[in-house]
Amino acid sequence: MKDKKERPGERRTWSLLPKALRPRIEVQTQEERPVVAIIGAGPAGMEAAIQIARQSCQVLLFEANADLALNLQNKYKLFPDMSDAQTLAQGMMLALEHPLITVYRQTPIKHVVQVENFHWQVFTEDNRVFKATAVLLCTGYEVFDARRKEELGYGIYNGVITSLELENMFKQEHISTLTGDSPKRVVFLQCVGSRDEKVGNRYCSKVCCVTAVKQAIELKRMHPETEVYVFYMDLRMWGKGFEEMYRVAQEQYNIRFVRGRISEAAGTFDGGVQIKAEDTLIGKPLKMRTDLLVLMLGMEASCGTKQLAKSCGIVGDYGFAGSLDPHLNDNHTHRKGLFLAGTCKRPMSLTDVIADARSAAMEIINYLSKQ
Amino acid sequence: MFHPFVIPFCIGTVALFGIIGIKFTRWIKSLDRKQITIFRQHFLKGMFIPAIKEMLLEGLFHRKVTRFSRRLGFMHRSIALGWFLLIVVGFIEATVNLKGKLHAPWYAIFYRFFEHDQFTASSRVFADIMDALLIYVLIGIGLAVAKSLYAGIMGLRKTSKLKLFDAVLRYSLWLIFPLRLFSESLTACLYKNGGFLTQYLGDLFNPMFASVMELPAWTAYSIALGLFFALMPFSRYMHIFTELLLIFFRKYGVKESEQATGYTKMELSACSRCGICIENCPMDKVLGVDTIQPVYYLRDVRNRVAKRITADNCLMCNQCQSDCPVGIDISSLRKFGRNKQELDTHDNYQYLDKIHSFNAIGRVVYFGGCMSHLTPGIVESMKKIFDAVGQKYWMMDEYRSICCGRPLLQQGFINQAAELRRKNTRLIIESHSKTLVTSCPICYQSFKNEYHLPVRVMHHTEYIAMLMQLGKLKVKPSDLKVAYHDPCELGRGCGIYEEPRRVLRELVQLVPAEREGKDSMCCGYNLGNTCLSLESQMRLRDASWQNLTINHPDQVATACPMCKKAFQHASHNSVKDIAEIVAEHLIQ
Repeated sequence: MKDKKERPGERRTWSLLPKALRPRIEVQTQEERPVVAIIGAGPAGMEAAIQIARQSCQVLLFEANADLALNLQNKYKLFPDMSDAQTLAQGMMLALEHPLITVYRQTPIKHVVQVENFHWQVFTEDNRVFKATAVLLCTGYEVFDARRKEELGYGIYNGVITSLELENMFKQEHISTLTGDSPKRVVFLQCVGSRDEKVGNRYCSKVCCVTAVKQAIELKRMHPETEVYVFYMDLRMWGKGFEEMYRVAQEQYNIRFVRGRISEAAGTFDGGVQIKAEDTLIGKPLKMRTDLLVLMLGMEASCGTKQLAKSCGIVGDYGFAGSLDPHLNDNHTHRKGLFLAGTCKRPMSLTDVIADARSAAMEIINYLSKQ
Repeated sequence: MFHPFVIPFCIGTVALFGIIGIKFTRWIKSLDRKQITIFRQHFLKGMFIPAIKEMLLEGLFHRKVTRFSRRLGFMHRSIALGWFLLIVVGFIEATVNLKGKLHAPWYAIFYRFFEHDQFTASSRVFADIMDALLIYVLIGIGLAVAKSLYAGIMGLRKTSKLKLFDAVLRYSLWLIFPLRLFSESLTACLYKNGGFLTQYLGDLFNPMFASVMELPAWTAYSIALGLFFALMPFSRYMHIFTELLLIFFRKYGVKESEQATGYTKMELSACSRCGICIENCPMDKVLGVDTIQPVYYLRDVRNRVAKRITADNCLMCNQCQSDCPVGIDISSLRKFGRNKQELDTHDNYQYLDKIHSFNAIGRVVYFGGCMSHLTPGIVESMKKIFDAVGQKYWMMDEYRSICCGRPLLQQGFINQAAELRRKNTRLIIESHSKTLVTSCPICYQSFKNEYHLPVRVMHHTEYIAMLMQLGKLKVKPSDLKVAYHDPCELGRGCGIYEEPRRVLRELVQLVPAEREGKDSMCCGYNLGNTCLSLESQMRLRDASWQNLTINHPDQVATACPMCKKAFQHASHNSVKDIAEIVAEHLIQ
């Protein structure tokens, strides 16, 4: 307990003063333990923190929001095993209760700077400075803003919702249109904001295909009467159990998969959505009325990722952070002591994020042992 | 009063006027029926004096060039006006000397060579005037030489690149006046008949040298003149005469038709290749494409070596057309180059038969346009505005839409565009409505200029401005800072700059962009260019966006779904159509 009291986050005295008057606190850390600063407490940051702390290193875990793992907590069930997202998040948060881990909530990071002796300094938005031997960026992703594809009518027609909003409906176990009826037909549209060169995102977001299949199945389980269509470019069922889910979706749940993109959506007088698309397998244009149009949003680099990648000079493609190479040094950057994990590098599934966080933890431990 | 050295000059002059005569006759003969009818209609309306006035203003004073850049205008003016006055004053001088007797043209041109006894007061004055004019021209030539070496001197980024033939002509033009100065000075040395400049220079020469060099110098002057005159009709200097003819016909209401005519030939020859069109061309400025500008495209068409890509790789943003000092209808000339009439595209127009009109007496016909279907926010806002003022409307393309045809026309599919125009015209006429409002400047320009509709055609910015003026729209202003992007088709295309700004000023705080109005930068997504890569489009868009946000507005407003789409792809929602801004500020 004594150890804990001396830690900087617990010093409350200065926080009574107005922000501008607060001095920069030079944080004293115990010399014998190396300190690792982890920026972003999502699944990657939390998992890496746990692994590094278990190797007797001190961890400072910074999170811009009040809650940890927001993106994960917004999920309902996880593919492919339909396990509960909340349970996973709670479990990880429980493991964070480690004496060597200090979590700083609501502490956005302005920039990180490499200095000669102390290796790295982490500057927070409220002008505090933390010293660290190594820094791990886990600043993650943001979903694509669907309003940029105005032709799909998000924000204009009430029947157009995003995959996140649908996930939220699942969490509340109540799927309905604005009028309160349960939907008779739901259309999913893949690749909104990914694989779309017009909005500047040529990459595949990897998880939306299987998420749509997962959500379609969940929907069918809740409302067996509802007709469900999925409009896709290709379905990329790359992970364990994905292909099987896709098969089940077609065979057991009678979910209809149409190859083709939706070109535009328009409102109908009864509050539904009229979509125009082309079925590219039969080569015919089609129009369809639906109660809900669900946009499967792609991943983009989060604001924090973009900002920190820029200030550290490690900007990769599309605003994500760039690693040294994709094979042996995927957690390394060209800055010594600065590491990357998770979706700040590229879109990844949760499974991959956790594996990547563990690999980053091991790389950091190796790095610290050489110091 | 004749000397064999004038022969090259005489041959050149005869060739010049002969060829110009033949060319002009041919062009006028090949005007099409529509153009001749318009010319006849305007003929009796007393356009003669305004036409002559503009010919003088443009041909001699170079008013529009001066408006673009004073230095450039001075250069052109000093050569054109100076030379013209040299000829006129020279003629008067010769006539006065012969007391009104008729004289041969070469007598006035080479006056100092023929007349040595110039000691009366009036001839002294004439000699000084002629010298002053010569200095004026020489300053112009000096500036032209400087411009060819370094365009920045004349305030240009780049000057046009010349082919060998043009270069030869240019050097002979540049030589004419220094040679004249040299010859007159030599004669002044021998006979003391020069003005203040030529006499001063003449006194510097050795009389022996002068007597040997006099004849060769005058011969060289005559040859330079003759060569320039004889080759001029085949070079860009043909613009000197063609521009006058073009101004004349334009004043009489003649315009480009759907197909190339004699008028097109006039326009091609009226281009002086001054290179002003390169200056603001976004293709050059942003992308560094410096081979497609009108100066080169028109040259290639005239030399019959134009490649399709030169015609196609243009945004049709009309920036060059608005800058062009000759006022050439460059967009039409490009459309002729894109003509794909012979191409059989196997079109099927059966779907048109299934679309029926709607009896919309007393309603406004609203045409969103294809692009507005991809920006439903604009359409929804317009519906809100119609409802707010209690105006009933019929949205013509709500369920089954037909393109206005302009994108096809811009790509040279003339027949296909005409087919769509025919159907739309019928739908509009059968609706019995009096007003057509459209949200898309592309459609607007088409309905206004390419259709011949018996209804009032309005862009929604015009319509909203009208509603505001009538006090029908109840809006609550906010202190949002907004910059306005002039769409090419609405601004330079249709001349609508004021209405959108008037609407915005009522609602928000309008902040200026770096370049706006007729100098507004194309968003890069213009349908005029179908061979640009997405990367290039994005670079154009980013340049345009930078230009708009120079004063850090909270929002960018535009009045074109295409521009909105372009900026939206880059900038996360801080771009809105004027209709949307109005709808947001409505008092419910």
